[in-house]
Amino acid sequence: MSDTSRIELNITSNARSLPVVRSAVERMARLEGFGDADAHALVLAIDEALANVIEHGYGGAADQPIGIVLASVRSTDGRLGIEVSVRDQGRQVDPDSIVGRDLGEVRPGGLGVHIIRSVMDEVEYRQGEGGGMLLRMVKYVGSGGSTTDRPTTLSGS
Amino acid sequence: MADNQRTNNLVKEVRRTPEGTVVALTGDVDLHHSPALHAALVEVAGERPRRMILNLADVPYIDSSGVGTFVEVFRRVSAYKGKMVFCGLSSRVKSVFEITKLDKFFIICDTEEQALKA
Repeated sequence: MSDTSRIELNITSNARSLPVVRSAVERMARLEGFGDADAHALVLAIDEALANVIEHGYGGAADQPIGIVLASVRSTDGRLGIEVSVRDQGRQVDPDSIVGRDLGEVRPGGLGVHIIRSVMDEVEYRQGEGGGMLLRMVKYVGSGGSTTDRPTTLSGS
Repeated sequence: MADNQRTNNLVKEVRRTPEGTVVALTGDVDLHHSPALHAALVEVAGERPRRMILNLADVPYIDSSGVGTFVEVFRRVSAYKGKMVFCGLSSRVKSVFEITKLDKFFIICDTEEQALKA
């Protein structure tokens, strides 16, 4: 019998679905042995990814499909992890254009990608076959991404 | 807005004191709730309190939309030379402030009493 877990969630692009996904992800992370900080990091990254799909991929439309797959994995050095795939049918963009913004400016917006790249170990955006985007990311237990340390100032609106 | 009035699902209490206005929140500050929260906080900021204290003791989760809401309201409060102070952050909420570097920018206190003097 396989000792790996796999969960698939299919939701519509309604922000009201997000607490349900967060609860499921948190539960799976705990069952896979994630501690509080790692579980929160995984929940946050998936939540931000879904928020980006809702806001930017679908332009706020609440009835479009989003598929989420979570699967337990192990790193090459044997650490537990969870691989996440987020698939949408929304607007396609150049994957290289999906980058976090400079945090030296304090202004609303643009923080989601920064958060995802900060807390996840592997992040890869691709254009999906037949349309939309596919985000694949992995979080391993006891790891964290890196963020740059820069002075923070308030930018003009 | 009357004291203790529940203005949306997240605002548990609005309490005015000589030192400032305390806004106590409850629940997840996420993409679904942030627009209503923004409207409620803008209304409080419109009263130009010398300090706007955001008590997050009952907020278990915040995402980037919530952080963005706070940044936008912070701009309004700063524009009239007021202060916006946070208190009661859980480790999870604090970690989001840290990831986005806002812990270096916002005034963050452990307790509401400290926040009212910050």
